[in-house]
Amino acid sequence: MPKKNLSGDGTAAPIDAWWWLSHKGTTTSFLCISLFALLIRSAVSMFPYSGAGTPPKFGDFEAQRHWMEITTNLPATDWYRNGTQNDLTYWGLDYPPLTAYQSYIHGILLRFFNPESVSLFSSRGHESYIGKLLMRWTVLSSDALIFFPSALFFVLVYHRNRAKSQVAWHIAMILLNPCLILIDHGHFQYNCISLGLTVGAIAAVLCGSEVLTCVLFTLALSHKQMSAYFAPAFFSHLLGKCLRRKNPILSLLKLGIAVIVTFVIVWWPYLHSVDDFLMVLSRLAPFERGIYEDYVANFWCTTSILIKWKKLFTTPSLKSISLAATVLASLPSMVHQIFSPSNEGFLYGLLNSSMAFYLFSFQVHEKSILMPFLAATLLALKIPDHFNHLTYYALFSMFPLLCRDNLLLPYLTLHLLFTLIYHSQLPKTKASSFSFTSFPGYVFLLRTHFFISLVLHVVYLTIQPPQKYPFLFEALIMILCFSFFVMFAFYINYTQWNFSSRFRSADKEKKQI
Amino acid sequence: MDGDRRHLLLWFFAAATAVKLLLIPSYRSTDFEVHRNWLAITHSLPLSEWYFDETSQWTLDYPPFFAYFERFLSLFARLVDPKIVDLRLGLDYSADSVVYFQRITVIFSDLSLLFGVYRLTRKVEPLRRNLICVLVVWSPGLLMVDHVHFQYNGFLLGWLLLSVSFLQDGRDLIGGFLFAVVLCFKHLFAVAAPVYFVYLLRHYCWAGLATGLRRLVALGSVVVAVFAAAFGPFIYNGQIQQVISRMFPFGRGLCHAYWAPNFWVFYIILDKGLAFTLRKLGFDVQVPSASFTGGLVGDSSPFAVLPQITPLTTFVMVLLAITPCLIKAWKKPQPGLVARWIAYAYTCGFLFGWHVHEKASLHFTIPLAIVAVQSLEDAKHYFLVSIVSCYSLFPLSYEPREYPIKVLLLLLHSMVMWLGFSAQYTDEKGLKEKKEGGESKSKFEIGCVEKSYLMGLVLVEVVSQFLHPYFLGDRYAFMPLMLISTYCAVGIMYSWIWQLRKILT
Repeated sequence: MPKKNLSGDGTAAPIDAWWWLSHKGTTTSFLCISLFALLIRSAVSMFPYSGAGTPPKFGDFEAQRHWMEITTNLPATDWYRNGTQNDLTYWGLDYPPLTAYQSYIHGILLRFFNPESVSLFSSRGHESYIGKLLMRWTVLSSDALIFFPSALFFVLVYHRNRAKSQVAWHIAMILLNPCLILIDHGHFQYNCISLGLTVGAIAAVLCGSEVLTCVLFTLALSHKQMSAYFAPAFFSHLLGKCLRRKNPILSLLKLGIAVIVTFVIVWWPYLHSVDDFLMVLSRLAPFERGIYEDYVANFWCTTSILIKWKKLFTTPSLKSISLAATVLASLPSMVHQIFSPSNEGFLYGLLNSSMAFYLFSFQVHEKSILMPFLAATLLALKIPDHFNHLTYYALFSMFPLLCRDNLLLPYLTLHLLFTLIYHSQLPKTKASSFSFTSFPGYVFLLRTHFFISLVLHVVYLTIQPPQKYPFLFEALIMILCFSFFVMFAFYINYTQWNFSSRFRSADKEKKQI
Repeated sequence: MDGDRRHLLLWFFAAATAVKLLLIPSYRSTDFEVHRNWLAITHSLPLSEWYFDETSQWTLDYPPFFAYFERFLSLFARLVDPKIVDLRLGLDYSADSVVYFQRITVIFSDLSLLFGVYRLTRKVEPLRRNLICVLVVWSPGLLMVDHVHFQYNGFLLGWLLLSVSFLQDGRDLIGGFLFAVVLCFKHLFAVAAPVYFVYLLRHYCWAGLATGLRRLVALGSVVVAVFAAAFGPFIYNGQIQQVISRMFPFGRGLCHAYWAPNFWVFYIILDKGLAFTLRKLGFDVQVPSASFTGGLVGDSSPFAVLPQITPLTTFVMVLLAITPCLIKAWKKPQPGLVARWIAYAYTCGFLFGWHVHEKASLHFTIPLAIVAVQSLEDAKHYFLVSIVSCYSLFPLSYEPREYPIKVLLLLLHSMVMWLGFSAQYTDEKGLKEKKEGGESKSKFEIGCVEKSYLMGLVLVEVVSQFLHPYFLGDRYAFMPLMLISTYCAVGIMYSWIWQLRKILT
């Protein structure tokens, strides 16, 4: 097969079997791949959602439906208030106002086509063919309207001077993000909106429009407070950039005003009194739920096998400890960005800060791996091998959750699809000065991890756990994933610092990557 | 090089398999229960009762090789869940076990399609080969019919493609043998039998008296052997009459319940139109009592004004339509044109046949994919006909849940075709000085008429899916289907005429 050298940097050309996909430009190949991505999402939507057919509590699907019910039937000020019509113990709203507005809009849509699915009180536990279909279509449309355009924006900005075949691969990696598809279109959530807004903010950083960044990121924060996982990276990068300007105070002021104005516009109904505001805040940070729930592969949950945190400390002190740990973990990356901001360093910073939050924050869920995973997807061309492993372990950390939702087949299929697309075209990485692969025993460590994970897959599906430890297998999966995540976090932090030392002498204002 | 190529074909197949796996929970038609019942019949009953059993309304009506195939599958079915193959307990069984089992058998049987494509494209250059593979293995019509609606077309078409590949290689005996095998799997493929007969006679047996006669005998005995293997046990049991009557149930009407977009749509509309006008003009025109789609006691369909159409009429018309192709095949039998002729034969069978399902459009779209990469005009023609035939399959999966899936499949297919054909026929100059940001100009352009026709498809969809239910609700429920059938029939008639012209020149 004749190979056409499409990349201009003299490295060996990737297989050009995909030239036909990318020869008409980035936007066209994006459109083609997004059609396929939407097809996969529609297909996954046919599978069960979280809490399907499990009264009385059901799951996330019922929570979202209930929020549509509440927002379409009550005035905005009552959405977060406990009352006779709004029982906060039954799936009370615990995301910021933008989620509530989005639920309102979707609720209007549902009410138009299927009123009994959002009528006050009587629609609790409502499960029907058309109800499920409409809900699934709201997620699909949110994805198509918010996540996809942001991804296009990002790709156009990031790939201004890159081989087209690699661009197509990267687009496929972003749009066929297996974790996002399984959680949003399987389990049922609306992460695509907040992640889409975040990607838009990241793209805005890369093309230098910082006011847009602030607006989009504030919107993302107002949709899901988990977007704060990325806040240190944004903050440190923008601060670093502003400090290099002629008039740093003015730049900072501009950004600050953008943030405040956006914030005020979104939170307007809740800013009339301090009480209202605090009421919403208390819903967003349910500290009474404890430092961890279920079996998530982060520091507190994993080490709780040996150190019983909940017994040794009270919740307020655990709050402070986790805050301190999180800040400490994200500090190196923040410091690096403040002193030498760069676009690429920013992307690494996103990954570092989100990993730090995932590992050390309070009340982390398995689904929160989506945040670091998104940052890794954006960096996929730079760290392809590690990205491959991260996908595997991110999916594996959600494996028990997906099994509970009867999403085993989509899990396996999306894994297969990801592997196929990943290997369709392996991008050549520039050899870094230090690679963990040269670290003695690292490859062996990875291989043993992989082997154990395969065994755990089979064991979890076939064998019943012992009576005394009913969650034994979840715990084992958690430990395995945690150990990988820790290795990964070390590697990424190291890479970010290494990056700056290579470019310390070069010009700090990087216009393009 | 060869391993590379095989890897890529396997890659395409694996990607398609991922999509097929995700389609497992989608809508299943009654064909699902039909095949489950056949698993039960072939497993639980002795051979002598296969074509007589009427425990379920879905009686066995495919030739014996398919029955043997179901018997083979039923061995595994029993291991998975014995209730699947139970004749009485398994009726309308729809548990996860049977759904997964049957769906996965379809996915596995698609390997025959992959093998057919592999063999066909062995000597083709890479870009074309990939394009053919994409057009066949990722065919949206095949995905929708086989993996949503539920059938085994991929499996059968694989055998057909294999047969064509041997003919193209010049190995006519094996090609003929494989075609006979396909016939014994599904007799609907017999529409192309005249083409095979004429071609093989002229190309293989027309080689001097001694060799010719020897080859004729060889071919004849191979075909007879295949048929004997299939029908032998039934002839021995004296059941051949019953088998034939099951295979050719002419008690059904001229058109299927969902009108296939073929010639008879126009005939029916013309008849209705004429009847209406004549009635208005005062003539006494009898209103036919039966419908076109329902089965009657007799074999004829009720036309008010125009002459009645019998199965014999349709048979003669199909033969007449294929005749130009047969003459060409006789005059100059070229291996490279076999695919074209076979596709043409199936187009004629689709347009003029009796009780044609719209699923039968797959029989000519898949072989046409091989032809589509041969020239620019073929590519443009294929672009149109594959979109029209895929759209005509939309009414098969009518539930709202599958709506985004079928629309996205069609859009994706159109986009991939456009990109693939543009890449294949791109400007030579643009290819040589390929820069990062440059975009190449392609010779692949759709004509104005074709473009407006395709835009019209969007309009038809909007009217039938959204405007009609909104304004008219449940009244005149046949109108959207009639609209879709008629509009697609125009496209397929155009394709027939185009193919005929291409064959004659």
